[in-house]
Amino acid sequence: METTHTDARPAAAGGNPWLSRPYLVRKKSRETADTFTLELTPPAEDGGFIFKPGQFNMLYTFGIGEIPISISGDPAKPETLTHTVRAVGAVSRAIAGLKPGSRLGIRGPYGAGWPVTDITGRDVVIIAGGIGLAPLRPAVHYLLAHRGEYGKIILVYGARTPADIVHRKDLEKWRSRFDIEVLVTVDRATGDWQGNVGVVTTFIGGLRFDPSSCAALVCGPEIMMRFTVMGLRERQVADNSIFISMERNMKCGVGLCGHCQVGPSFVCKDGPVYRLTDMKDVFIKREM
Amino acid sequence: MEDLSRFLKDHPFTAGLNKKHLDLLVGCASNVVFKAGEFLFHEGDDADLFYLIREGKVIIETYAPQKGPIAIQTRGAGEVTGWSWMVPPYKWHFDARAVELTKALALDGKCLRGKCEKDHDLGYILMQRVSSLIAQRLEATRLQLLDIYGNNTH
Repeated sequence: METTHTDARPAAAGGNPWLSRPYLVRKKSRETADTFTLELTPPAEDGGFIFKPGQFNMLYTFGIGEIPISISGDPAKPETLTHTVRAVGAVSRAIAGLKPGSRLGIRGPYGAGWPVTDITGRDVVIIAGGIGLAPLRPAVHYLLAHRGEYGKIILVYGARTPADIVHRKDLEKWRSRFDIEVLVTVDRATGDWQGNVGVVTTFIGGLRFDPSSCAALVCGPEIMMRFTVMGLRERQVADNSIFISMERNMKCGVGLCGHCQVGPSFVCKDGPVYRLTDMKDVFIKREM
Repeated sequence: MEDLSRFLKDHPFTAGLNKKHLDLLVGCASNVVFKAGEFLFHEGDDADLFYLIREGKVIIETYAPQKGPIAIQTRGAGEVTGWSWMVPPYKWHFDARAVELTKALALDGKCLRGKCEKDHDLGYILMQRVSSLIAQRLEATRLQLLDIYGNNTH
């Protein structure tokens, strides 16, 4: 379907991919000292927001700028769009400063998501670091909503300190279930933290799953993902069973501007989620 | 003795050792249990024993005045606590404390060093396994130092 610059429908419905839609900030909750989760209500005429786990939106604060942020909500609840934002730059700080009742520009969803429908029947190992849990959260929601279609589900999450753990309530809720194994670790801890201390990669050797029939979904800082990939390879997990989410300087969101180009690929359009086999030539290259 | 041999055979650190070497290790092993909060060893003490954890959780930590204990790394079932028994001057560099009820096999490092001197094959195998532990700990420590969850700039 041809689109024009006057087509005000959302991009997902074939509308103008450049046009932000005004979403209402319904709720803001603090995850950590600098990280917030926003629950947004789509414009009534959009009829909800449909996305795939792992996709992202461009978030526009009027008069300040636009940034790509992964969707962190439940794909089964299109009436609410959820984003988890860490306030570290001008735009993200402005987003974090929004109050319920204000508006945020949204265009998307963009990119390829986690292959949740292609990995049925397999064990699923989810490894997240820091705010990297946010892009994986929709995948966890999806997997648990379709629990019978998968083998073991293991979630390993690492954060800097206990105070930096995001989506803590979800982690506690998931840990209380009997059909998903949840392991949480922090790099540093003092005082009364009784949980695990150590980098997230130290868990990989001891995880109980079937390396010959599994899918590993990995998201976090790229250094963490590189060492995680090494750990998974040591466990004989094949590269084509490992999926990573790349973060690059995405601007247009539709593969035109080239800001996010990595090798032959545009992260905004071909990613951000890649099968490792499609990215391994550039994933460990120093200059990339 | 038979039970200790079985526990040793099942632990990842000693998996794959032949019967002769397992028997040598059993001669230096004992079964131990630590209650939550109990220390396995203290920084600066002689590293005479090290532990193959069977159940439970141990935290490696150091103590800073006015800050209290600072956790460095956690060890759980199937892991090893302590490699200083193999490396001179055979002193612990940190404290190790059980976070919860912990069952372990304690191996007498002094006893093992003696056996390694007499049986260099055993010495080589144990040195390989301890080196691998040290390498893993070094890599984990480097990653911790990198502070990989640092800020982005959007």
